[in-house]
Amino acid sequence: MKIAVCVKQVPDSWAEKKMVNGSLDRAGVDAVLNDLDEYAVEEALKIIEAHSPTGEAGEGSGHSITLITMGPDRASEALRKGLSMGADSAIHISDSALAGADSLLTSHVLAEAIKSGNFDLVLCGTESTDARMSVVPAMIAERLGWAQLTFAGSVVVDPAATKVEISRVTEIGAEKMQAQFPAVISVVEKINEPRYPSFKGIMAAKKKSIEVKALADLGLSATPAWSNVKDATPRPARAAGLKVEDSGNGGSDLVNYLAEKRVI
Amino acid sequence: MSSVAILIETIDGVVPKSAGELATFAKRMGEVTAVMVGGDCSSQLTNYSIDSLVQVDGVDVSKFGVPAYVDAIAAVIAAKNCDVLLVTSGARGKEIAGRVAVRTNSGVITDAIDIDSEKIATQSIFGGSTTVHSQVTTPLAIFTMRSNSVEIVEGACATSVEKLSATPSTATLKAEVLALEPLVKGGRPELTEAAIVVSGGRGTNGDFSAVEAFADSLGAAVGASRAATDAGWYPHSHQVGQTGKTVSPSLYVACGISGAIQHRAGMQTSKMIVAINKDPEAPIFELADYGVVGDLFAVLPSATAAISARK
Ligand SMILES: Cc1cc2nc3c(=O)[nH]c(=O)nc-3n(C[C@H](O)[C@H](O)[C@H](O)COP(=O)(O)OP(=O)(O)OC[C@H]3O[C@@H](n4cnc5c(N)ncnc54)[C@H](O)[C@@H]3O)c2cc1C
Ligand SMILES: Nc1ncnc2c1ncn2[C@@H]1O[C@H](COP(=O)(O)O)[C@@H](O)[C@H]1O
Repeated sequence: MKIAVCVKQVPDSWAEKKMVNGSLDRAGVDAVLNDLDEYAVEEALKIIEAHSPTGEAGEGSGHSITLITMGPDRASEALRKGLSMGADSAIHISDSALAGADSLLTSHVLAEAIKSGNFDLVLCGTESTDARMSVVPAMIAERLGWAQLTFAGSVVVDPAATKVEISRVTEIGAEKMQAQFPAVISVVEKINEPRYPSFKGIMAAKKKSIEVKALADLGLSATPAWSNVKDATPRPARAAGLKVEDSGNGGSDLVNYLAEKRVI
Repeated sequence: MSSVAILIETIDGVVPKSAGELATFAKRMGEVTAVMVGGDCSSQLTNYSIDSLVQVDGVDVSKFGVPAYVDAIAAVIAAKNCDVLLVTSGARGKEIAGRVAVRTNSGVITDAIDIDSEKIATQSIFGGSTTVHSQVTTPLAIFTMRSNSVEIVEGACATSVEKLSATPSTATLKAEVLALEPLVKGGRPELTEAAIVVSGGRGTNGDFSAVEAFADSLGAAVGASRAATDAGWYPHSHQVGQTGKTVSPSLYVACGISGAIQHRAGMQTSKMIVAINKDPEAPIFELADYGVVGDLFAVLPSATAAISARK
């Protein structure tokens, strides 16, 4: 099996975010591997481990995991994290023409990178914590014409490694879905517990290869945006309001307050 | 004037309130075409401003899901020459919108909370800390609208249903739904539609009875933090936050919830926030309009009693 995992580098969740010229100011904040993508890396490792003669991923398993990211130069740090968890290699698409790319362009670039790799499965997180769109995996499936198995709460690949079954968990319930390879899968965060990179893993990751590609290497050129931001206004942070200690009538005082403010 | 398609998604044959919200937004821009896939639900749309009703056959959405919806919508957009598509923001709705965008090479804006007659959408991003206005520059503009963001304006609905047949694309048939286990619905309002949400966290220690009693006294929906859903105390479908649901009710009451950034991401745009927590230093107090420092097992029952006393 050849598995690709799409991972994104995002600003740390706790970092204060602001908009500059219509897109997120990424320069001023700490960047990390999107934590929802760690679950995708973990699930890829689990799939390989279940199918590897040695029970382990990596060389000797006969299978491989390739991380794919699109992002600025420093996104390679996020790739190192995934490589130290156990992925085998990585592709980094970096091009100044991609600054401020939206989901349409992102999915286009990722799909082209996937096409060049002969993969059986593509795994993604369900959402990047900065863009919060939850559309890129479905868009990749549409572009590739592959089966879409997104929002997976469980993933089972058959022993022959030709088909995959998932449980899709969304607001309508849990759907058992099945498809032949190749397929695009996104995994929800309930699916597993991502491993911490071991010391050995961190050392090994330093030697793994990251292939850096520009747009032209994928046969692509920059496209105009499909949408634009007219203006972005920071709203004053929510100020803390009243805080009262309960000394017996905290409940009724609360109700009086709500009634006074006419919310009940 | 625009020709606006709105997707009516049903859950178990029931049209959610968000359909009326889509019609309300759509009417501001022009002619409204409601797209029904997998059954005629027009009898539930009679109070909404809808100029034409189209029922699409030929694709099986219960078996093929998202891509089958895309095939249906693409057929309607082509037949009706639509220049706007509105879908409700949800896991499925956003995927449908995203794939239609790819197929038609059109721009898409997700999680909009408002849209005006000029097709300029408002989004509230970074957990409500920034308001953004954006527009799509392609001939077809696609938006997913967050539910509960607009007061429904009722209007007249078309009476005849037009039928249209769509053909599934080859990719659509590649992933198949074998079985659906629907969510068990309680008697309470739906989380994303409710005007009031009362949520419980780790502080409930697994006992949601006080949270539920207070919610019921207010006719509210019940939510939960991830700590509570992870522990199996409450179903995952009730989780509020980044990897759960995004809610923006007029009142959100957080009980025994510390206020982690991932939880805030799902509730920060609520109009009023109340927190009940034993720990005066809990971060949830930073965004609460009204905070009670105390034990939820003492505060909630007395609040519930006070509500009953007012009735
Ligand atoms: C990838 C990822 C995604 C996540 N997504 C989500 C998400 O969607 N939603 C979400 O909620 N979290 C999410 N989290 C988890 C989040 O980081 C927090 O761990 C979680 O929100 C904590 O839940 P809590 O506030 O109930 O528990 P805690 O943080 O343990 O807080 C419990 C609070 O209860 C108070 N308390 C205890 N007893 C009482 C009592 N008797 N009366 C009153 N107060 C009491 C305590 O003082 C404390 O403040 C996510 C985390 C990750 C890594
Ligand atoms: N720039 C990117 N590089 C690699 N993967 C991405 C990128 N953007 C999004 N993804 C993948 O798509 C998922 C959903 O992202 P989004 O649609 O942006 O919320 C993420 O969890 C990633 O797996």
